[in-house]
Amino acid sequence: MKTELKFPEAINLAMTKAMETDPTVFAFGVDVQDHKRSFGSGLGMVERFGIERYFGSPLSEAGVTGVAVGAALCGLRPIHIHARADFVLMAMNQLVNMASNKSYLSNGKLKVPLVVRAMIGRSWGQGAQHSKTLHSVLAHFPGIKVVMPSNPQDAYSLLRSAIQDDNPVVFLENRWLYDLVGEVDDELEVPLSSCKVLRPGSDITIVSCSWMTVEAIQAARILAENGVEAEVVDVRTVAPLDSETVVNSVSKTGYSVVADSDWTFCGFAAELSAQITESCFSSLKAAPVRIGLAHVPCPTTRPLEDLFYPSAKEIVRSAEKLLDLPEIDLSGEIFNEYERRFKGPF
Amino acid sequence: MTDLFSPSAREEALDIYRKMTLIRQSQEKIISEYHKDEIKTPVHLGIGLEGVSVGVAQCLPPNSRAFGQLRNHGQYLAMTGETDSFFGELYGKVTGTGGGKAGSMHLSAPDSGLMSNSGIVSSTIALAVGSGLAAKYLGTDVITVAMFGDAAVEEGEFWESLNFACLHGLRVMFVCEDNDVAIYTTGAERRGFDSIIGAVKGFNCYTFEGDGTDVRAVIPLAQQAVDMMIRDPKPAFMSFTWFRLLDHVGVGKDFGVSFRPIPTDEEIKAADPVYKYEQYLIGEGHAPAALQSVRDEMGDQIESSVARAIAAGYPGETELYQGVFA
Repeated sequence: MKTELKFPEAINLAMTKAMETDPTVFAFGVDVQDHKRSFGSGLGMVERFGIERYFGSPLSEAGVTGVAVGAALCGLRPIHIHARADFVLMAMNQLVNMASNKSYLSNGKLKVPLVVRAMIGRSWGQGAQHSKTLHSVLAHFPGIKVVMPSNPQDAYSLLRSAIQDDNPVVFLENRWLYDLVGEVDDELEVPLSSCKVLRPGSDITIVSCSWMTVEAIQAARILAENGVEAEVVDVRTVAPLDSETVVNSVSKTGYSVVADSDWTFCGFAAELSAQITESCFSSLKAAPVRIGLAHVPCPTTRPLEDLFYPSAKEIVRSAEKLLDLPEIDLSGEIFNEYERRFKGPF
Repeated sequence: MTDLFSPSAREEALDIYRKMTLIRQSQEKIISEYHKDEIKTPVHLGIGLEGVSVGVAQCLPPNSRAFGQLRNHGQYLAMTGETDSFFGELYGKVTGTGGGKAGSMHLSAPDSGLMSNSGIVSSTIALAVGSGLAAKYLGTDVITVAMFGDAAVEEGEFWESLNFACLHGLRVMFVCEDNDVAIYTTGAERRGFDSIIGAVKGFNCYTFEGDGTDVRAVIPLAQQAVDMMIRDPKPAFMSFTWFRLLDHVGVGKDFGVSFRPIPTDEEIKAADPVYKYEQYLIGEGHAPAALQSVRDEMGDQIESSVARAIAAGYPGETELYQGVFA
């Protein structure tokens, strides 16, 4: 069935369907059972499945992640929810030292079918402790899958795949995406580890994930209006990475802009650019370009945030430089439009 | 409760002796082989800990699950009774519990209920609580045991795990193997409180403490904890004292080096659970020859397992990349 859903409704539908079909699926996390229900993504879950299957946890991110790992080792499929990805840093020991290597060190006897849902904050004062994305850090470690949807359909389909997966999967949801509406086909299956070409183009490749894919689409539209056909590759799963789709696109266009919502230094954009350079060197017409956060802790005030975060504007300007185009008049464009929709506090 | 030491339970008494002997002799074998540099893994031996390892395992119902830490050989051998995969892993061979990828600190035997071990102190305690949550969620009365040293209570995860288990009334047995030593640092140098069990008593759980060097003291307490948890689901915290007769890691001794003096022969005997249990059995009228035959049987098993481990192959490039994901 196809329906128009907001991003959190798609998340909600994926959890609901998974819990309806598999009694071993349950969800928990700090305050997930409260009246706000994780920004709406958990609405109706307690009423439908009971507090035994959707419950709040103590503020013990490290220990509770261990509880989730242990439950996963013993036949359950936990979904552990964090209101901000920054809190996952407190659970790194359990994710990295424990969950990531259980299958490997037991020679395949153990498996950890765990999903960690975490939201990435942005704007209205989120600041240095409520805005991190963590995908580069988490993807660095073998044995952890990292998923970053950019639209309601992928949020639904990828979360269903993540819950069915027998491995630890970190599912990162940018808070700005919560205002996105799109058609969701509840029968569409999307496997993990597949990039998607959202828009075909022959002149330049824009590679992005999560919120930056929204920016990439805006940039591609502006470029198209100015005679440049950009191909937009949405990296829906950061790890394991579908490098092939990225490489095929850049080999075709010869130009690449990697737009990431993270710091570029030692980040996912660095990894993608390295892979593009290694695999597409003979096809490249210019050095790959990386776009990311200013290399400072996330500032709180709006004027500094506007300087800190990249947008479609930076993607367009990068494309102009790469293709040696005149500067496009962007005075009629609205950038960071979602910033006006997000009224806080979290 | 069955009296395990009545004359009618002589066979069970011998079974306990068999397990303690298997653990002791396996570790003595490691000590005698280690210098050859074929066992290329750090070993944290539990000579002196056999009373706790066997006493707790002896009381666990068959469907129980266990989690442990780096000093896990006794727990592994008490729960599995097998030595082929044990020595296979110590020798780093494909026949090991982890196919030669895990080493001594990560032994696991899920089929025997021993789920997972870890070299990061305290981290498997939370996993045990997750196992307890799974048991409750699935409506079973499965008991889960977490075994750890006294230093684990200095980790935040210990308190987070204890809190979660108490909050949800989970059947998790927290077994603190208290030797008052973390590597080479004593408890008094590490803790701002006097008694671990005193601190734990504020939580909604059963608490027990006893002499871990006496398997006959451990068993009735562990049995009582299991019975109480089955009847009225709540975690049990058990503290058993013991004396580390070897170095923290490796096969040597650390007496007289820095922080503790050389013990007398009498002190060593008083801390030796295997010696004490043997003396008890002889006192109860078990024939020395019968005990000798148990020792011979265990010795033969260990010799064959070591020979098989030495003969087995190392994992190769294919195995290197296998099993990152399930």
